Amino acid sequence: MAKATFEVPELSQYTEVPPVTPGTMAHSAPFKSKDEWQDALGFPGELPEDWQARAIDKMGDLLGKYRSLRVYMDSCVKCGACTDKCHYFLGTKDPKNMPVGRQDLMRKVYRRYFTLAGRFFPKLVGAEDFTKEVLDDWYSYFHQCSQCRRCSVFCPYGIDTAEISMAAREIMDSIGVGQKYCNEIIAKVYRIGNNLGLPGPALEDTLEGLEEDVFDETGVKVRYPLDEEGAEILLVTPSADFFAEPHVDGLIGYGKVFHEAGVSWTMSSYASEAANFGMFIGSYANMRRLAQRIREAAIKLKVKRIVFGECGHAWRVAYSFLNTLAGPWDFLDPRYPVPQHICEFTYDLIQKGKLNLDKSENDDKVLTFHDSCNVARASRMGSTPGGQFEIPRAILKATCNNFYDMDEDTIRDRTFCCGGGGGLLTDDLMEIRVKGAKPRLDALNNVMQEKGVTHMAAICAICKSQFTKVLPYYGMEMDQIVSLHQLVSNALVLTPGEDDEEPDEDDDLDKNDNDEETDEAA
Amino acid sequence: MAFLTNFYAFLFYFAAFVLVAGLVFKIVQYSRTPAPLKIPTTPAPTTRSGVVFRMMREVVLFESLFRGNKWTWIFGWMFHFGLFMVTLRHLRYFMEPVPFPIELVQPFGIYGGLAMIVGLAGLWSRRFFVDRVKYITSTSDHLILGLLILIGCSGLLMKFVFHTDVVEIKTFFLGLYSFDIKPLPGDPLLLLHLFLVASLMIIFPYSKLLHAPGLFFSPTRNQVDNPREQRHIAPWAKRLDQP
Ligand code: HEM
Ligand code: SF4
Ligand code: SF4
Repeated sequence: MAKATFEVPELSQYTEVPPVTPGTMAHSAPFKSKDEWQDALGFPGELPEDWQARAIDKMGDLLGKYRSLRVYMDSCVKCGACTDKCHYFLGTKDPKNMPVGRQDLMRKVYRRYFTLAGRFFPKLVGAEDFTKEVLDDWYSYFHQCSQCRRCSVFCPYGIDTAEISMAAREIMDSIGVGQKYCNEIIAKVYRIGNNLGLPGPALEDTLEGLEEDVFDETGVKVRYPLDEEGAEILLVTPSADFFAEPHVDGLIGYGKVFHEAGVSWTMSSYASEAANFGMFIGSYANMRRLAQRIREAAIKLKVKRIVFGECGHAWRVAYSFLNTLAGPWDFLDPRYPVPQHICEFTYDLIQKGKLNLDKSENDDKVLTFHDSCNVARASRMGSTPGGQFEIPRAILKATCNNFYDMDEDTIRDRTFCCGGGGGLLTDDLMEIRVKGAKPRLDALNNVMQEKGVTHMAAICAICKSQFTKVLPYYGMEMDQIVSLHQLVSNALVLTPGEDDEEPDEDDDLDKNDNDEETDEAA
Repeated sequence: MAFLTNFYAFLFYFAAFVLVAGLVFKIVQYSRTPAPLKIPTTPAPTTRSGVVFRMMREVVLFESLFRGNKWTWIFGWMFHFGLFMVTLRHLRYFMEPVPFPIELVQPFGIYGGLAMIVGLAGLWSRRFFVDRVKYITSTSDHLILGLLILIGCSGLLMKFVFHTDVVEIKTFFLGLYSFDIKPLPGDPLLLLHLFLVASLMIIFPYSKLLHAPGLFFSPTRNQVDNPREQRHIAPWAKRLDQP
């Protein structure tokens, strides 16, 4: 059990709205980015003398480039509908973590420099100069937003605090105030190809190891190919899938699904990262540069389709932005959407009856499903609105006998973020991560008590890492979080190829062995 | 009297100018600012007509607010619907002949006025009694609510207690169309009412009242969910595509 240097909130049956308690999280701020990473991303390394003027200029620039920012700065009526919707407010009581409280950190500066009322009557409309103190508040609280968009669901004008956090981070980067976690990672992708900095040979080793494991376990040769030119499908997946638990069990599942589908596929060492951290820092230029790597890989490997692995923010960038950032995709097979989600792919096969699934393989678990915020509120799967909720659940129901949803108020488009999204998945922000997880874990705890739920499936690398780390703070087990395709992997009865031996009878029984190993990991 | 009449005539020309010019400026600014990325809050409609329907639900029913907070929704909707009825009722002072639907709406305008005040009072009380709403409230939020309540109360008082000469008021406003300034009744209540309305018109384009046009331009609400089918790209972003 992890030791906390702060007070871990107590779970309650339903998440209660806490009384406003100013300043409880004012001390929270992530490590600052360094010169070398700032430089790689095209940002200055240090706060310049005239930072204030530059920041205001940058804000003006963004106001002209993003309608969302412009309209959202003007439109808030302070109705308060969003005030009890953010998991970070619910977990910390800090009013600057209420969505409108967070927005107001920028809005007061906007009003001061860009509106008539704020220029002449700053006190009246709550306008303030952009001082160092305000900047510090920005750095602190704009890194306590996971850009999950829950607030935008309930705001009468759809004001999306994520848009404002992104803009704030872009402004801060432009004056040399960057966040280490995001910027170091982006620099790593430019240098090596993925967030974790795994070079090609290491990936190759890992994938070979996976092939052996799967063969040992099932007696079937399932391939996990890398950089194979001419493959039909390019799979782009978060790099955590290559080795982290329970992510890798998901990757094993994708491979088995492709095997059963009988399509050739490959991953790319050059584009070995689905997550696009350019979005977190609100930098269109960096987001585009990262996305272009996928285009280059698709061209080089001459693939016909692109499929994305399980990841929330990655799927947002893929589904909603990839066409914008790296399209048009006219060189790919027009019969398939670009890109496709692995869940869409698996679901299609299930619909066509092409997968032989033995649900009883997952009978040792009672499952629930966590809708990842960016899949739920910023993307879609399938051809009808809400497919992002129905398709993963359909897969779950096809692979497990025991499934219960959490409280309606906390799933689908009202889902709570895991607490680690938006570039907060770093140890220097542990306190906000743990506290922000409370609303989700309240609901999880509730179905554990009432329905006997043992595991929660997710389709996001961040959610998986976050819960693995955070569940123990609340007295739960780290391996209660599983990959959706891990369940597919367990249930899928593989078709042996010509050169495969018959699997041993008792091999099946050992299948869940690797679940237990995770206890020791990390 | 002539001075007051002239002052109010000027005030309304000025207020109307500020309101129209300010709103046009803002609307042009919003529509000229590109939305470079597809960011509808999903699940979102996949067709244009679906988006029109979603927007109508937001404007007429305050759908998102309904999901967000029932009390704010009840009070907010009462206020806005009341305001809408009142505005329709007032059109009779600005049109000759009065169209039939406006005649029809007259009695409802009165109920609208009452609903408006009850709604505003409810909204205002939230600003004192709900700690989260209190925290985000600034002086201007109080002032706007006070202004609207005063407008409503002075209006209702004229209807029920201190009657004024509505025929003369109508003559005054119709005269403004042709720059023919006719005398305005000098009742203090009427002068207060009109002064407050003109103030509301003037602050409209410079305050949070911009939420009215803002809603129509909100990308999370007005975008079609079809990014895979149609490439969406802003002019400034397109320039990055050309090496
Ligand atoms: C397209 C037309 C409009 C729509 C869809 C709309 C919608 C809304 C909504 C959803 C709210 C939040 C809930 C509430 O506090 O009532 C609100 C607040 C407000 N609206 Fe409107 N509105 C519109 C036009 C107007 C107009 C024309 C006025 C005034 C003259 C106005 C004045 C206000 C005020 C003062 C508030 C804040 C109330 C408070 O302080 O709590 N609105 N509006
Ligand atoms: S986007 Fe999510 S984390 Fe950010 S303010 Fe809104 S609800 Fe909170
Ligand atoms: S719900 Fe929207 S309008 Fe209401 S306070 Fe929050 S951001 Fe402002």
